[in-house]
Amino acid sequence: MASSTYITDELRSLRNGGLLQRLRGGDEIAYLITLASAVGILLLVALLVLELWSNSQPTVKTFGWSFLTSSKWDPNSGKFGALPFIYGTCVTSLLALIIAVPLGVASSIFLAEMAPPKFSNILTFLIELLAAVPSVIYGLLGIFILVPLIRAYLVPVLTKTLGFLPIFQGDFYGVSFLSAGLVLSVMVVPFIISVSREVLIAVPVEQREAALALGATKWEATWQIVIPNASTGIIGSVFLALARALGETMAVTMVIGNTPKITASLLSPGYSIAAVIANEFAEASGSLYISSLIFLGLVLFGLTIVINAMARLLILTTSRRGV
Amino acid sequence: MMMEISARRRVTNAVMLSLSGICTLLVIGVLFFILGYLLWEGARSLNLDFFTKLPKPSGETGGGMANAIVGSGKVLLIATLIGVPIGFLAGVFLAEYSGKMFAFTLRYTVDLLNGVPSIVVGIVAYALVVRPMGHFSALAGGVALGIMMIPIAVRTTEEFLRSVPNSMREGAMALGATKAKTIFTVVVPAAISGLLSGMMLNLARVAGETAPLLFTALGNMFWSHGWLQPIATLPVMIYNYALAPDEDLHQQAWAAGFVLLALVLVINITARLIIARGAAGLRR
Amino acid sequence: MATPQRQVLSESTMPPPASDVIDPVKTHAVCKLKATSLNFYYGSFQALHDISIDISSNKITAFIGPSGCGKSTFLRTMNRMNEALRNTRVEGDLRLDNEDLFSINVTDVRRRVGMVFQKSNPFPKTIFDNVAYGLRVNGIRKKSVIEGAVEKSLQRAALWSEVKDKLHKPASALSGGQQQRLCIARALAVEPEVLLLDEPCSALDPIATLKIEELLFQLKTLTTIVIVTHNMQQAARLADYTGFFLLGKLIEFDDTKKIFQNPSKKETEDYVTGRFG
Repeated sequence: MASSTYITDELRSLRNGGLLQRLRGGDEIAYLITLASAVGILLLVALLVLELWSNSQPTVKTFGWSFLTSSKWDPNSGKFGALPFIYGTCVTSLLALIIAVPLGVASSIFLAEMAPPKFSNILTFLIELLAAVPSVIYGLLGIFILVPLIRAYLVPVLTKTLGFLPIFQGDFYGVSFLSAGLVLSVMVVPFIISVSREVLIAVPVEQREAALALGATKWEATWQIVIPNASTGIIGSVFLALARALGETMAVTMVIGNTPKITASLLSPGYSIAAVIANEFAEASGSLYISSLIFLGLVLFGLTIVINAMARLLILTTSRRGV
Repeated sequence: MMMEISARRRVTNAVMLSLSGICTLLVIGVLFFILGYLLWEGARSLNLDFFTKLPKPSGETGGGMANAIVGSGKVLLIATLIGVPIGFLAGVFLAEYSGKMFAFTLRYTVDLLNGVPSIVVGIVAYALVVRPMGHFSALAGGVALGIMMIPIAVRTTEEFLRSVPNSMREGAMALGATKAKTIFTVVVPAAISGLLSGMMLNLARVAGETAPLLFTALGNMFWSHGWLQPIATLPVMIYNYALAPDEDLHQQAWAAGFVLLALVLVINITARLIIARGAAGLRR
Repeated sequence: MATPQRQVLSESTMPPPASDVIDPVKTHAVCKLKATSLNFYYGSFQALHDISIDISSNKITAFIGPSGCGKSTFLRTMNRMNEALRNTRVEGDLRLDNEDLFSINVTDVRRRVGMVFQKSNPFPKTIFDNVAYGLRVNGIRKKSVIEGAVEKSLQRAALWSEVKDKLHKPASALSGGQQQRLCIARALAVEPEVLLLDEPCSALDPIATLKIEELLFQLKTLTTIVIVTHNMQQAARLADYTGFFLLGKLIEFDDTKKIFQNPSKKETEDYVTGRFG
């Protein structure tokens, strides 16, 4: 029986370590280190906002809020206005949504309601891989594939059929709002599909069955019952996609044309907030130039915060309602 | 009368459902087109030089992106060393220690950080690292990407630690383990496959980022020594070469795109497989 | 008050109930764990009311009672596991060999008062590492010591012969009953002075249950056992002493034979005769 107390003796002798023992037990240290990391993140974000704000000051002081409404961007003469970029960001994002939302929602319906589960899962997996493709690669494909294709096939058709509309007038050189909008739509569609599909799947089977039992066709059940149930979530996915589109930099820069102009025509080159920062920041000189670019960054940040918050609210509402 | 309506509804049904199928096909078609074209063009332009030679000065043909490949590796290393520990530890705090109020604040802030456009992160890294140092550097690029890694690291860690059942924690504590020991010797190992694959997905996402590197790491036509010099990275090279008026450089951009995409997709697929297998194991 | 038809004891092939044997030690029963006026609160809800009990050394004590009566809560108070939950408060006195358990470091308490849970919870590690965990976490590093202790614990848990060739396989590969015995071995490795078991057989089939009951019977000589069970027959088979809990109070605590054959309190009688619960 002596061996049975051996462990106990060992443990007892180890216990008498005192402070060192407690330290090695690690509770205080672990708590402090993890807390420090958490607080560190809070401080980092605060620092981030602070840096953006303080570095924008020269522009804020010089132009005030008229910076946001002025459309003159001429670094050489010290004139800076944000409107062309805000315009370009909005136009390209809107165009992207107009294309991506119908396509995305329709696909998500197919994947959630129509396709057999295994098939649907494989397809969804592939579509989510689309979301993982880096932006610069979309840009590459945009420049060398999409733009020539648009120039060769799409634009002639558009000008011939819809050329009377102001949005399709003017010369087309390849780089344009249209090209950027199309590339963006490809980048944004996977998000819409992914989230919408999940929201649709979450609608209880009982709802569908109730509709079908009353004699509705599959489409009618889907369109009239399932989608309204999931509508808030789907709108949430659209907002998510919008937030992504607003901040998208590389693909847009490579195909938008980098011209700070405000025109009605989608065929003309333009500029976006992210694109101008990407293009001009490294070579910008003079504190006013730099601070204007940084202020633009702050504006973009603010926009995405608002859109993201709305998106989360919508998606959260859907899931909480236990749709 | 009833028959007519029935027919119309049936037709609508068929048409609408086919349309949705067609849309899906379109989307999948684009995916295969992207991958296919990239594979084709990229594989065509890929050769040994790509992996071993430095870029040639403008005008000359040939050369490769050896420095960019290594450069991406270095920048990603710094990013991982910054983003993963901070994110992981904060995630541990959220899952194991935090009170409700603080947890809500932290989660909200982390989501905020996640929503910052990548170009804006680049600006911040510029202000925090490049400006005080006076020059561009791999470190600055690593800081920018590291900041982008933090939110996902936090979320993944919290999610997977929470998924470990409480009975494990109780079992360890009942044997005399302190809370810290329980977390690091039982809970974390239990969640390890999820944590690892989450980090891989995180890395894959950041590996393709270009915008934050444009004015932090900048670029370099030669080898970069140490961590404090401007450094070439794969995504930035693609960007620069694609816009250059040189056909040879375009080919190299395709090759680089191929390599980058291959890397990102391989990491992605591996990570998802690990998660899938982990979930299956848990269902026993 | 006692009539033959109210006998709950099954006089079958089970070993004679512990309390039947004339136990010379019984009259000198040593108190191992002593609770005095223990109150426990979840927030503002009082879950335990003024519990006082002496747990005798090297005996099996059972806690019985309907669901929610507080028997598990009290069990978890004895190794201070409830402190891991938020917003709880405990009042009163708890002594192990006359040492105040509330003044010792909590991890020490848990090493000396071990616990086996209702649903087996092996760690996602190998069988060997599971049993060795308690030793390692408490600071023991020597390989030979650990190996010896692991083998000994697995033998004491009647599991050694079944696993000795697969010590480095994952514990998850074992059956439910084996896993529970593994958890017992794991608890035994750190040589606890008291072993608490919270309905250890409720998730197991009758054969596995039998194996564990035989095991507990033998472990009595090694350590003090306290077992919570919703199965009265199990208490009657195993326990020297039984305590009946109801609504957070300890209604009656006595020799098992007396509780089941001749209870003093009406509530006890109602419960053991199956009028409720």
